[in-house]
Order: sequence, then structure tokens, then C-alpha cells
Amino acid sequence: MCGIVGLFLKKDDKDNRLGAMLAEMLAVMSDRGPDSAGFAVYGAGDTARHKLTLRGPEGADWTALARGLEEKDLGPVDVVVRDTHAVLTVPAASVAAIRAALPALAPDVAVVGEGERMELYKEVGLPAEISARFGLADMRGTHGIGHTRMATESAVTTNGAHPFTTGLDQCLVHNGSLSNHNLLRRKLKREGIAIETENDSEVAAAYLTWRMREGDNLGEALEHALIDLDGFFTFVVGTESGFGVVRDPIACKPAVMAETEDYVAFASEYRALVGLPDIEKAHIFEPEPARVYFWERQ
Amino acid sequence: MPNVDLSTTPLRDLNAALHALAADTNETHWVVENPAGRHAIAVGVDVPVQIEINGHVGYYCAGMNDAASIVVNGNAGVGLAENMMSGMVHVKGDASQAAGATGHGGLLVIDGNASARCGISMKGINIVVKGSIGHMSAFMAQAGALVVLGDAGDALGDSIYEARLYVRGTVKSLGADCIEKPLREEHVEELKSLLAAAGVEDVAPDEFRRYGSARKLYNFHVDNVDAY
Repeated sequence: MCGIVGLFLKKDDKDNRLGAMLAEMLAVMSDRGPDSAGFAVYGAGDTARHKLTLRGPEGADWTALARGLEEKDLGPVDVVVRDTHAVLTVPAASVAAIRAALPALAPDVAVVGEGERMELYKEVGLPAEISARFGLADMRGTHGIGHTRMATESAVTTNGAHPFTTGLDQCLVHNGSLSNHNLLRRKLKREGIAIETENDSEVAAAYLTWRMREGDNLGEALEHALIDLDGFFTFVVGTESGFGVVRDPIACKPAVMAETEDYVAFASEYRALVGLPDIEKAHIFEPEPARVYFWERQ
Repeated sequence: MPNVDLSTTPLRDLNAALHALAADTNETHWVVENPAGRHAIAVGVDVPVQIEINGHVGYYCAGMNDAASIVVNGNAGVGLAENMMSGMVHVKGDASQAAGATGHGGLLVIDGNASARCGISMKGINIVVKGSIGHMSAFMAQAGALVVLGDAGDALGDSIYEARLYVRGTVKSLGADCIEKPLREEHVEELKSLLAAAGVEDVAPDEFRRYGSARKLYNFHVDNVDAY
């Protein structure tokens, strides 16, 4: 089943309630996905510094890891710890070296996502509990996407939780199931794209990564996905400047959107949009099948 | 006049109260507030009462309706008036997928658009959509009429048995065994009465084109005898 949500604020407001709104939407979607949940939030950023979202075991010593990286002259490293995850803000030029150094410095730590603005969190458990553990309600940002998972194609693990990152500041959430993901996974691995799990949605994310590596922009990559991905899908993708929505041509998986002067919101069901401000005045519509939608900040 | 606020009354209590009504009940006009997109509101009502729902509803609203007259002042989610038997369901906004699916009777009126699979497997229900409908509408339709004032999406009437499909705008494509058919006098009369029942006054029946079954897919044909 699964539930997906997305929220894009049209106006700059440093005191915005993005995290609180997204947390409420995610909690309503618990009925559609109580196995695991995750979200990506696009907050303040800096082109010279990247945010690396890492996940580690309980009690991981993030300060020691940051010091270790600084000792290798890969700093300065700023650390914000949220439950099992830590966001390391590091010089953009050091990212490749940090990724290379991580397996030796901290073998239990995994890179969840990387971006100038994107932070990405996911865990196994009930969506409302996961939002609370990571403090989503207090997060600010311009846009965010989230997912509640009811596993069908692969195991209930943190690695199988969404969103899946597709590249710098890019991630994807998926409602549906792909039927040609094994074939595509083999093809993408031959193309040198890293895929860690048996999860079908990770293959969709990897597919978009590959298309964009081959020169597509996100819109073109999504158009190609409509041709090459076989199965049911409603995707919401996040990028540095906005978010996109695409549904398969059969449109088996639900989707509803609301737009006002202040925001664009996506959810699997209207129930998740009920708590948004001025929802009674919003333009409510269902995105059409096989059509790529995109909202971007100017 | 019972007024049920779903922000304070559990949905199950509302549906149980509606199911408990006797056919000769004096509580004939119900108002439901704050539906907030909840699923299965006013499902399975089998007495001739009026139910007015103020707001957007979720999945399966007015499903299996038999005799009640249900108005939604908002949009409806998937499976609106699914398997309706009789009565009337009127949605003032848009409806999501599979509106009127498998309906046996009654009238479903949608003032806005309906998305994919509107009237799928309809079995006698009449549906009037004042906007447009999505793909695969009237798939395997068996009986009844579907009237669309706007456009129809891909594969209209795919694998249709019987049922009459009237579209005023464009049809993106017809499904297997669905063809355009002449609009005869009895169809003009049917359109007149359905448009009037749906409160449409400024549209003439001759603005519609009729589509229906070519009857080649489901009828036995002697040339196919070897296939059996």
C-alpha cells in the first residue's frame, strides 16, 4: 500500500511550519504504511558546504568521527545529531575524500543522503514515532517529501525505507510496486550505479540517477521512467529547488494535490491534507496519469 | 433533523445510526459536518432519507446506496457510490477513480470531473458527469447510461457488453469493441430525461455522440468455433 506526502512552500518565511505540517501529514498516512517511515527536508544551505546525512548504531560517537575527519584535514565539520542520524556539514570539496574515509573511520555508519540543503531521515517503526524521534515538527525549510511504508517487494529494514536518494539534493518516494526491478537492477549495476538493497523503489531512484548521469534533466528522466519502468507507481521526487510528481499510465496508485497561494501539497489521500492552512479554499485536484508535474522555486 | 459532526462523533456511530433507520423513519434529513476525507461515509444506507455531507469525502462514500439521496458538498475519493442499487448521489465537486463502479441502479451526478474508470462494470446505474472523465471509463459496462458533458479519456468503453455512453466533447480513444453509434429518438429522449434529472438546462441532447458495443467481442461467432 504505502502513503506518500509532499509539501512545497511558495513563499519565503524563515519561521515557516514546514516540519510541523509535514509531520501531521505523515502521521495521518500511518494507516497506509505502519512498517517504516522517512522524510527529506530542504532547509537552509550553502553551495560551498554540503550536508551529509549519516546513520549509525545507537550510541555512535559522532563528535569523535567529526574530529577524525578534521584531523585528516577534511574539515571543518559541523555536527547535528538527531536520534540515529547525524547531519555533518562539511566542505563540498572534501565530500569525496570523506566518503572514502568513512568505511575505515566508522564502519557501522551509512551515508543516507547528500545535499547543499537536503537532510534525509528514515527508520523502521510507526510514522508518528519516527517524526518525533527526529524532531521533524521543529524543522524549517522550503519543501519536503515523506513516505510511510507497507512493505510488499522486500524486507522491512531501515535500508528498505524511503526516501531513496538519487543524487545530490535529490530523492524519491514511491507508492506502488515495480515488476521489472530485477532486470533493471542488473542493467544499472552494469552501468556502475550503486544499488544496496533488493528493494524495487531503490531501483527507481537508481534509474533516475543513471538517466541524469547520461545527461537528462529531472523532467526528462521522469519521462524516460514512464517508458522503462514496468509496474505501478506514483513517485514524488525532491530536488534542491522543488518537487515533482509522476504517476504510471494506468494510475492504480492514488494521488491528490492541493494548491493555494502559499503552498502546493501532495498526498496519497485527501485525509492527509485536512490539517493544512486554508485547505478549504485550496484548489484540490488529482494529478493525471503519465504526466510529469513539477513545481520549482524561482 | 439529525446533525452529525464527524470531528466529535465516530464515523461508525453515524453509519450504525443510518443502518438502524426504519423505512418509515421521521428522521428523513441528515446533515454531516467535518467529513475531513474519511472513508466509507454513509455506506449501505437502505432507506429513502436525504443525507447532506458538507466537505470532502474519502473512499467509497455512499457505496451500495439503496434508496437514499446523498449530496456531497465537496470532492469525493475513490469508489464513490460503488455498487449503488437505487436512489441518488450528487457530488458538487470532482470525483476520483471508479465513481459508480458496478452500480446496479439509481442516478449518480458529478458536477465536476471524474477521473479514471468512471462507471467501470456498470450494471444499470445512470451516471451524469458535468465535466470530463478519465481513462478506461465504462470498462466492461453491462447496462445503464453514462452521460459526459466534457471529454472522455483513453479507452472509453473497453470490452463493453451493453450500456449507452453519451459524450458531448472529444473521446481520446475508444476501447476494444466500443464504437460510435447513431443517436436515435429513444436516445434523445433518454438524454433529455437524464439531463433534466441532473439539473442541466442549457445543453441539448443533439450535442452528444453515442458510443456502445460493436458486440463482436462477447457474442458467439461461428468463425471462432475452433477456439472453444
